Amino acid sequence: MIEIKDVSKIYHTGGEETVALDHVSLKINDGEFVAIVGPSGSGKSTMMHILGALDNPTTGQYLIDGQDVAKLKDDQLAKMRKNKIGFVFQAFNLLPRATVMRNVTLPLIYAGAPQKEREQKATAALAAAGLDKSKYNNHSNQLSGGQMQRVAIARALVNDPSLILADEPTGNLDSKTSHTIMTTLQALNKKGHTIVLITHELDIAAYASRVISIRDGKLEHDRKNK
Amino acid sequence: MSITDLFSETFWALTGNKIRTALTILGIVIGIGSVITMVAIGQGSQAAIENSIAAIGSNLLIVTPGAQRGAGGFSAGRGSARTLTQADADAIKSTVTNTSGVAPELTSRYQIAAKGQNTNTSVTGTVPDYLTVRNVQIATGTFFADSQVSSDAKVAILGPTTVTDLYGTADPVGQTIRIRNIDFQVIGTTVAKGGTGFNNPDDIVYIPISTAQRFLSGGTYVSQISIAAKTQKVMSDVQQQITALLDQRHKITSSATADFSVINQADIAGAATSTTNTLTLLLASTAGISLFVGGIGIMNMMLTSVTERTREIGLRKAIGATNGDISRQFLMEAIMLTFIGGAIGVGLGWAAALALKQFANVSTQISITSIIAAFAVSAVVGIIFGYYPARRASLLKPIEALRYE
Repeated sequence: MIEIKDVSKIYHTGGEETVALDHVSLKINDGEFVAIVGPSGSGKSTMMHILGALDNPTTGQYLIDGQDVAKLKDDQLAKMRKNKIGFVFQAFNLLPRATVMRNVTLPLIYAGAPQKEREQKATAALAAAGLDKSKYNNHSNQLSGGQMQRVAIARALVNDPSLILADEPTGNLDSKTSHTIMTTLQALNKKGHTIVLITHELDIAAYASRVISIRDGKLEHDRKNK
Repeated sequence: MSITDLFSETFWALTGNKIRTALTILGIVIGIGSVITMVAIGQGSQAAIENSIAAIGSNLLIVTPGAQRGAGGFSAGRGSARTLTQADADAIKSTVTNTSGVAPELTSRYQIAAKGQNTNTSVTGTVPDYLTVRNVQIATGTFFADSQVSSDAKVAILGPTTVTDLYGTADPVGQTIRIRNIDFQVIGTTVAKGGTGFNNPDDIVYIPISTAQRFLSGGTYVSQISIAAKTQKVMSDVQQQITALLDQRHKITSSATADFSVINQADIAGAATSTTNTLTLLLASTAGISLFVGGIGIMNMMLTSVTERTREIGLRKAIGATNGDISRQFLMEAIMLTFIGGAIGVGLGWAAALALKQFANVSTQISITSIIAAFAVSAVVGIIFGYYPARRASLLKPIEALRYE
């Protein structure tokens, strides 16, 4: 379970204060599929950085499985990301000259898993992400956009994180591919993975079971999709 | 992150841009290679000089007579006086301690004839101690013995150049040569020492000193006395003993009026060594500059690489790499570049030193120390020039790095 309690984030740029998040509280239970929506400048990116343990809030608490992330130092944040969070990015962010297998096993290098276990976990994650077996040893730049995003999803899954954080995962894909990727995320959610999706497209948000909208750093509404 | 993973990531990163990696390595190859070659040249010339000094004899002191002074202060030049005598040599041999040999010499040039050939060469009358004192080795036959010195035997030992001049390639042992119409029997030849300057030490005839005094010069004076000290440490002590003894025998009260001088081989060697040390230092520092430039090349490549791979760094951080993981990775790349460059550089430097020796006749000497030092320097260059880029990479904020375009 992840929980945000009264979190604010204030940026100081050139002597000016920008309030990106304004006393936000939020609770996401294990196994939920949540979409966070909002226009640009609404604070949803800041929300994602905090949820992803990429940045600390100015005030407030952020609990992952009961542990407060807000006060952690750089290396502790890195450890938190390694063990609890899987990222899927809009731009995929795969290593370009590396094979699919190498990309998916990359998080396990930092986790220090033995070689044999790495390949088993990566194979399982790739199967769950729905990438065709024949592509496992291809270089990532030989893949289509949809295939690349499946590799990225497998990479997010491989450490069996508490939370998968997808930041505009379909932003670089055509609508048909977007649909299949969202179906895959839905399937992963059905298997019990907690997924938080950040998007500005309402039809993409419709795949989630709960939609939270943000505007001007405040929660606007929080409703269940049927 | 394990060592194996670190190596594997480094390999992956360095093979990513092969041309750039190769060019960066080339900078280090040139730097290390030139250090190895230059030091080899410096040490080679040092060894060559030491060898030719050792050929004169080891721990050698030479007593030469002073200038002959005529009426009105006219000087015939240093070494011209006939003030050193056989008695001086005998006195040195019996009184001075810590010597391993005393060899008086009486040298003059004579016309020498043998079987229709003739040459003009240096004839040195001396004693068997000369062999050890002046580091002379016998090639064929024997040197004369002490008994032949006391019996004024008419025997001769020829230097290799004289042998060639008189006999060509034939063996002269058992033949007869004539010096001033006196027959001498050739009983041996010496091993070549190699030329050291204008006096060719191989163009020489050795005869017993008593024979030279009795039949050739007609007096008991000697032209110089060579003394070998037992060790290098006692050389100055021996030198003082000789000076004191001769001062007493020649009734000298001030060094300004001394009719002899004692030359210490260590002084000659010391001057030569300091010259070659300066040469080595000069060569090595020139090469060191190119190594430094190579190091800057590494820093340049690593900084470019950090900028180009900003998003990759952001991603690695997002999936759990710590600052330490990132900085170790970049540092490892820099060290690997210098290490590979260092290994190739040592190989090329070695080859260049051998080639110079083989084809350009430059004396070179490769020392294990210079190779180890070159490796150590290349590792240090990698760490120093890799540290800043690695630190810069590790301190990138993951959010900013991920958004970098």
